[in-house]
Amino acid sequence: MAIDTLNEPVFDPQTVYQTVRKRAWVTIGVPLAILFYLVYTWFAFGVPDLLSRAQPERAAILATDSVAYKIHVTKLLRRDIMEVAIEGERRATYDAENLPDWVEVNGTDAFVDLGKGYEVQITGKVMEFSVPDYGVIKVTATNNGVNTELPPGPVPDWILDNPKKFDARPTLDRRVQVTKTKIEVHNYFGGWENFWFPFHSELYGMSFSQLWALALSNERLDPSQSNMSLIMHEFLENPDWQHGEIFTALFETIMMAVLGTLTAAIFGLPLAFLAARNFTPSKILRFGTRRLFDFLRGIDMLIWSLIFIRAFGLGPLTGALAIAFTDTGSLGKLFSEALENIDNKQVEGVRATGASQIQRYRFGVIPQILPVFVSQVLYYLESNTRSATVIGALGAGGIGLMLVETMKTSRDWENTSYIIVLTIVVVIAMDQTSGWLRRRLIEGK
Amino acid sequence: MAVAALEQEILSLRKRRQLYSLMGLLLVVAVLISGYSKSNEMNSGGFLQGLSKFFDYPGEIVLEAWEAGPAFFGLIVKFIPAMLETLNIAGVATLLGGAMAVVLAMASTRNVDSWGPLIPLVRRMMDIMRAFPELIIALFLIFVLGSSPVPAMIAVAFHTAGALGKLFSEVNENIDRKPIEGLSACGASWLQRIRFAVMPQVAPNYLSYFLLRLEINVRASAILGFVGAGGIGQELRRTIGWGKGAGDETAAIFVLLFVTIMLIDQLSSYLRGKLVGAGRAH
Repeated sequence: MAIDTLNEPVFDPQTVYQTVRKRAWVTIGVPLAILFYLVYTWFAFGVPDLLSRAQPERAAILATDSVAYKIHVTKLLRRDIMEVAIEGERRATYDAENLPDWVEVNGTDAFVDLGKGYEVQITGKVMEFSVPDYGVIKVTATNNGVNTELPPGPVPDWILDNPKKFDARPTLDRRVQVTKTKIEVHNYFGGWENFWFPFHSELYGMSFSQLWALALSNERLDPSQSNMSLIMHEFLENPDWQHGEIFTALFETIMMAVLGTLTAAIFGLPLAFLAARNFTPSKILRFGTRRLFDFLRGIDMLIWSLIFIRAFGLGPLTGALAIAFTDTGSLGKLFSEALENIDNKQVEGVRATGASQIQRYRFGVIPQILPVFVSQVLYYLESNTRSATVIGALGAGGIGLMLVETMKTSRDWENTSYIIVLTIVVVIAMDQTSGWLRRRLIEGK
Repeated sequence: MAVAALEQEILSLRKRRQLYSLMGLLLVVAVLISGYSKSNEMNSGGFLQGLSKFFDYPGEIVLEAWEAGPAFFGLIVKFIPAMLETLNIAGVATLLGGAMAVVLAMASTRNVDSWGPLIPLVRRMMDIMRAFPELIIALFLIFVLGSSPVPAMIAVAFHTAGALGKLFSEVNENIDRKPIEGLSACGASWLQRIRFAVMPQVAPNYLSYFLLRLEINVRASAILGFVGAGGIGQELRRTIGWGKGAGDETAAIFVLLFVTIMLIDQLSSYLRGKLVGAGRAH
């Protein structure tokens, strides 16, 4: 071999030039093609237009809103009443005796201290807002709009002033609004309000140790049920956060993924035998099963879920069936490939002992494909948990639908971020569980 | 005597194994039965009532498509630009996500001399990127950027980077280190080693995974369109929203989607077969 190489020229210039030229084309051509494609899509997607229309301030609002809540001080001018409430909600209104210390209500007038020198005085139909380094803004609500008196000088861009409505937000966490019907002051605070219990619940504001003591104590707050069940009930039925409903929705989503994947695995395995060359001699049967797999996969989860939503309505069953149909195709294809690649020696060995057909399958074939079977099913379970959220958003229910709905109303972003956090936690937990199971079952660790 | 004891032991071990298998099987069956009955309860329409209606909707749109006659093919052509948009979303997302994944993979495998402290960090990052449901990113970006293909593209690319990054780093783990050592003996820098010792070894596998991901991403982009990200999904949502009368358009979209997905599947599995031999990327 070594002698042969000595006799032959090490390289022939012609081939080298050819290779170099070819490589040069690839090195320049492929990046150029990709660049060209990206430029084309840049315009096809209308990115320049999109950037001009983007509303980054919405992201800022969402970000503040999802980690903060506001307390409204509202004067309703028609009915001449003053209200202090969390997020302006009726069921979270403060009593006159228990007002937060930054509000002083005097009949139907009020003084609000927004901190750092920002102060609001509401007297009758007049609101005076003193802003440090700017001056005092005086706004009067009239019968058909508002009258604004600003300090002299240019109008800053945080003031929105038109004859119908006055709106000022000098900092992200302080805001006043005046219209002809109401004067409203928003004061922002960090955190999620009323997260554990509703505002008017007896349990509101209790610390964890207090709750623990209460749960163990003998005296019932509510004579009809134990303290433990009262705490659970008050928590799950919290109207602002709907913990109970969200947990149900999460459960539905998990159920869709688990049921769908298991069903797909159960139907996929026997069908895979029909599609494998070494188990089904009949060409027609094999061809038919393979096309069935292609059909199930090709229709795709999107179309299956739309068809099932029409037939079975909203709920986990719909999602589970959509996942099951699509993945019977995908898993069946994977299993049949695994079956075609098995080692025939084991099967022959089992046959030599005089085993029947079923015994040959059980002891010769199944042990060989079991690792592939388990690991693929677990991979699909993982990815189906994510798919189930999307199918839910199409209308099958579960956490996906809940997310889309809270986003559409876009009233309380903290609810949305709560759902997002829970969804991600569930998906990661499923991911970890399936990874752990895979390691245990396959690698035996 | 010793043989009898051994037999006894084997027998008891086998019994225990059978018991475990049986328990596992029973668990699966119990989950299936209770799950289906529970979800049947939770569903707004039950399984049995639904079963009779199962073919109603497909039947309805097929009928309308039939009535449309040759104009049906015109409808299919009409939706090709929307389909193209979905394909573009998937294409760009796979390209950008794939490029990102290469960087992540090179930074997270000991076998290719990634910087040690970075490895666990990048791995956790990829785990999180993989776990983030695309829907959430897409919805958030649609809210900020408005309805357009770009949010879906970014969402899919983000997930792709995590998913491909993990697969790529598994490929990196299995390469031969001899070329790397040879290059370091010549004094090659890390980038040069990656370029001339690692890339030639991993390129076929990378490309094969890349194609598999493209397949998955086409489906994902179609679905995301349905929640407002443009492309064929958005058209589908519009025609479905119209209810009766638009059945022929819905059918046209179904057919177009089916054909495209099949074509891409076949093409990618053919190319993958050429790249890695057996035609199996997994």
